Amino acid sequence: MSSDITLEQLKERLAALELENTQLKSELSSNSSNTKPAESSNTQTFEPSTSLTLEEYTRYGRQLTVSQFQSIPGQLSLKNSKILVIGAGGLGCPALLYLTGAGVGKIGIVDDDVVDISNVHRQVLHDTTRVGWFKAESAEWYLRRLNPNVDIQTYCYRLDPLNAFDIFQEYDLILDCTDSPHSRYLINDVACLTGKTIVSGSGVRTEGQLSILNFRNSGPCYRCFYPSPPPPNSVTSCKDGGVIGPVIGLVGVMMALEAIKVLTGWYTEETFKPFLGLYSGYDGLSQSWKCFKMRGKKKECIACGDASNEGKLTRELIQSGAIDYEVWCGVINYNVLKESERITAGQYADILGKFKEDGHVLLDVRPKEHFSIVHLPHSTSLPLDKLRRISDKAQLPFDTDKPVYTICRYGNDSQYATRYLNDTFGFDAKDVKGGLYKWSMDVDDKFPTY
Amino acid sequence: MSVNIKLEFLGGLDVIFNSERYHKVTVPSTNASTPLILRDLIKYIVDNMIKDPKDIEVFIENDTIRPGILTLINDTDWELEGEEEYVLESGDVISFTSTLHGG
Repeated sequence: MSSDITLEQLKERLAALELENTQLKSELSSNSSNTKPAESSNTQTFEPSTSLTLEEYTRYGRQLTVSQFQSIPGQLSLKNSKILVIGAGGLGCPALLYLTGAGVGKIGIVDDDVVDISNVHRQVLHDTTRVGWFKAESAEWYLRRLNPNVDIQTYCYRLDPLNAFDIFQEYDLILDCTDSPHSRYLINDVACLTGKTIVSGSGVRTEGQLSILNFRNSGPCYRCFYPSPPPPNSVTSCKDGGVIGPVIGLVGVMMALEAIKVLTGWYTEETFKPFLGLYSGYDGLSQSWKCFKMRGKKKECIACGDASNEGKLTRELIQSGAIDYEVWCGVINYNVLKESERITAGQYADILGKFKEDGHVLLDVRPKEHFSIVHLPHSTSLPLDKLRRISDKAQLPFDTDKPVYTICRYGNDSQYATRYLNDTFGFDAKDVKGGLYKWSMDVDDKFPTY
Repeated sequence: MSVNIKLEFLGGLDVIFNSERYHKVTVPSTNASTPLILRDLIKYIVDNMIKDPKDIEVFIENDTIRPGILTLINDTDWELEGEEEYVLESGDVISFTSTLHGG
């Protein structure tokens, strides 16, 4: 900020911003109280429309004239539909954007997370001014301006086995825009038991996948495709693996289109063919889309198969908490070190002062892409994956006579690295708790976090 | 008789194959009287294409393709084609894709 701004000017600016903030908040709460049904809104009637308003003819004119959309009946199908979008992130935002624009009658948004500045590059309904808001409410704020005809309901809490059935029953179609296997299995099971079709998308780094599951209770479900969950260490999130905004955005947009096709009856039980689409943003020098023909519904499936199947899921079973989805999908145990093998960021700062940069070794065990973003200048890059392939001490790319410390982004991989170093080579290595994130918080606030 | 196969490793699986998504391989016949099947191809991949033994568990669990990886034979789910018993033909495209979960 330029230094010729006076204190008075700053105070005036602050007062103006505070006023704007108050106005926006009251605007939001009045919007919410007008249109947000109470929790028990499943008793509310959602009157089917048999006609469009004049405004709707004009607003939807460009899609109404496309033959595949099926004209007024197509638009009325959307207007009389209720969809539930779970996750208002990289997939949910673009899907919501187009489905709200297209005029779906009612849209529910489930997300317990709040907007972080690192979301905004891809989660296009949120913006810099709404960091800290619930994602569902930030999405609602945008979507109400986009299309006031759409009834939007937010659920700012996590979908769980207890609340899922009541929420699902209010909707016709589910969009799975979540980011972990355990939520995908929960959504699948509840959708199968409540008879809802799921449009499912996912993505990480440069690739995305798209499918329609449990189509009108006759197509295969997520468990038909994946009867057992993947090992937890093979699951990469967007936070860890990174994601290119337009890649996940495209998948979200494709989900919106599939939702429109399901709602307007483009697919029927006779014509629908199970598929898995795979988009790749960096396929050599081009982009690619592959569409695989998939298996049908499996009779022996415990979610969508025959009721007589052993272990067949029921609403009672799920609501009783008999299935702990997170545990079933596996939890990675990060607590592999003794307290004596760990130091805090502050303690590491003291060690750096005592040993100086060349009197010890600091191994940064993050992947090289992370190291190249930012690192401590005296640290040595040795990604955990690479370290674990070294079994001969002579191959370690650092001076093994010096005290060794390990660091990573948040202090998870550094624990594994320390465990491996101490067990394999008999070192007395220590990891820095909380990693570079804590270094930035506690020691050097100029050190970038990402 | 040996068969020529085009392999695709998708959804990030290419990391254990030199970061190359597409490979062309010739799978040699083990026994002239029995045709090569998909199980032979999987063994060929594990024995000849995965450089680091630690990467095998990324691809294989309990002697088959690990949960979370879909196997496609000429763009069709292997379940519709006989899974590991599928008889390979020269020119087949066999794809393996890791399931993505992020969103």
